[in-house]
Amino acid sequence: MSVSAAGGVTRVPAVEGWYTLDHEPHLIGCRCAVCGTYVFPPRSGACPNPNCDSEELVSTPLSRVGTVWSYTENQYAPPAPYRAAEPFEPYALAAVQLEKEGIIVLGQVPRGIMAADLKVGMPMQLETDVLYREVVDGVDTEFMVYVWAPAGPTAAESIGGRS
Amino acid sequence: MSDRDLVVLGVGMHPWGKWGRDFTEYGMVAARAALKDAGIEWKDVEYVAGADTIRNGYPGFIAGSTFAQKLGWNGASISSNYAACASGAHSLQAARASILAGFCDVAMVIGADTTPKGFFAPVGGERKTDPDWLRFHLLGATNPVYFAMFARRRMDLYGATSEDFARVKVKNSRHGLNNPYARFRKENAIEDVLNSPIVSDPLRLLDICATSDGAAAMIVTSRAYAEKKLGSLNGVPRIRAVSTVTPTYPQTILELPDFATDSTAVVSPPARGFKDSLCWAAYEEAGMSPSDMNMAEVYDLSTALELDWYEHLGLCAPGEAEGLLRSGATAIGGRVPVNPSGGLSCFGEAIPAQAIAQVCELTWQLRGQAQGRQVEGAKAGITANQGLFGNGSSVIVSV
Repeated sequence: MSVSAAGGVTRVPAVEGWYTLDHEPHLIGCRCAVCGTYVFPPRSGACPNPNCDSEELVSTPLSRVGTVWSYTENQYAPPAPYRAAEPFEPYALAAVQLEKEGIIVLGQVPRGIMAADLKVGMPMQLETDVLYREVVDGVDTEFMVYVWAPAGPTAAESIGGRS
Repeated sequence: MSDRDLVVLGVGMHPWGKWGRDFTEYGMVAARAALKDAGIEWKDVEYVAGADTIRNGYPGFIAGSTFAQKLGWNGASISSNYAACASGAHSLQAARASILAGFCDVAMVIGADTTPKGFFAPVGGERKTDPDWLRFHLLGATNPVYFAMFARRRMDLYGATSEDFARVKVKNSRHGLNNPYARFRKENAIEDVLNSPIVSDPLRLLDICATSDGAAAMIVTSRAYAEKKLGSLNGVPRIRAVSTVTPTYPQTILELPDFATDSTAVVSPPARGFKDSLCWAAYEEAGMSPSDMNMAEVYDLSTALELDWYEHLGLCAPGEAEGLLRSGATAIGGRVPVNPSGGLSCFGEAIPAQAIAQVCELTWQLRGQAQGRQVEGAKAGITANQGLFGNGSSVIVSV
């Protein structure tokens, strides 16, 4: 999947099949065809529920909104295979709880939103951001990753207005 | 004593540090020390359970045979065990199973490591289906990121402060001051911790354990063998329980190296979470309770994680760990000293050796040999340890 962005830059996901890059991006998880439990990251094969012997996990979009389970902020550049920008700019990460799916998903937070801006229980919404940029076979390419951004009032309402 | 108890006949360690030498050199020092402490010869050892190191090439993957060969082939049976940070305890479990099954009477449990500098990074190559590789690539989610998640929850949910976390470091730095095997033997004040740079907010450099070189070994035997050798087993430390249980679905706590937890949409979370169940499986096997413990050696990968362990171990209720720490109960001289060795805070983590080192410390404490850090009159202690991918352990030792 690739999306053309402005200025002749091509956008591709940094990992295939985990999230969409459309206007309202969402994570792509899986749901067991038999017991209905959810899985992220997406995968094929056995359902993780020990009470279920299903081998069929069906791709499904996950909720775009959730609440902060916890969060942190990297003050030092992580080692490879992370491709840290030079000079390194600190950034935050958040683990966000999705109510319907009953799972917590770890992700980066958009640049400029720091740990001091976050709080356990805060509503968050899925967006995408550039992880790194590289010329691939002569094509200027942005490798995109999903991020958790503080949710606007509309999103907050759709998860029950919890704060 | 129970027929299922194992006797700890000897323990030995190589000091922790950062020398970058071959890990087997450290392991040999620990092995010889444990044999000497046990008063037996290498040729008496019938089984070697090696804890693997994955950062030192092939010899690290086959630790059991690596050390058996290094000590000089003696025909012993072997196993090599990898369970991330719990590899040492899984090795002990393998030795224990062999002894309790009657396959042998005398076993060596051994682990040693040489570690690279800086953050632990995944094994090399581009591996887009390996979650351990992907968490670094997509998120930059280092180990301290996960440690920080737990710390931040304590702050937001229980009102913990950076000072509370610093107090854990201050306590452990005092405990380890006189431990000849500890790498960091310097007393830290609260200000030292608060003035150290933030690594993963809210954790600072001095809140997070380093990575170290080191080695630990022990000789464990059947009760019959030890009785024959020693006459009486009075005052001799015994392994009462070894818990290596895995999580029960759904695992609802975000753990290294996962991107997401299991789902609670269909199956409700278990009554006891993973780290609680690790400790309680040990209590249940030993027929003991938290109030029977005189000390604990816990995996303080960060200062805040030590506080979590107080609660998982049942030393206090959830949310009360900061209060227990401030009361002095977990310092030497208190009701239940935690990490009398100085913990990972003073050692740094030498992965395959660390869970074994925890049992070595309990052994010295129970024999009254923990000079400069002795928990007076200790009769029983528990270890708690956790690693990646649902690995963990808890061991109870008593006299």
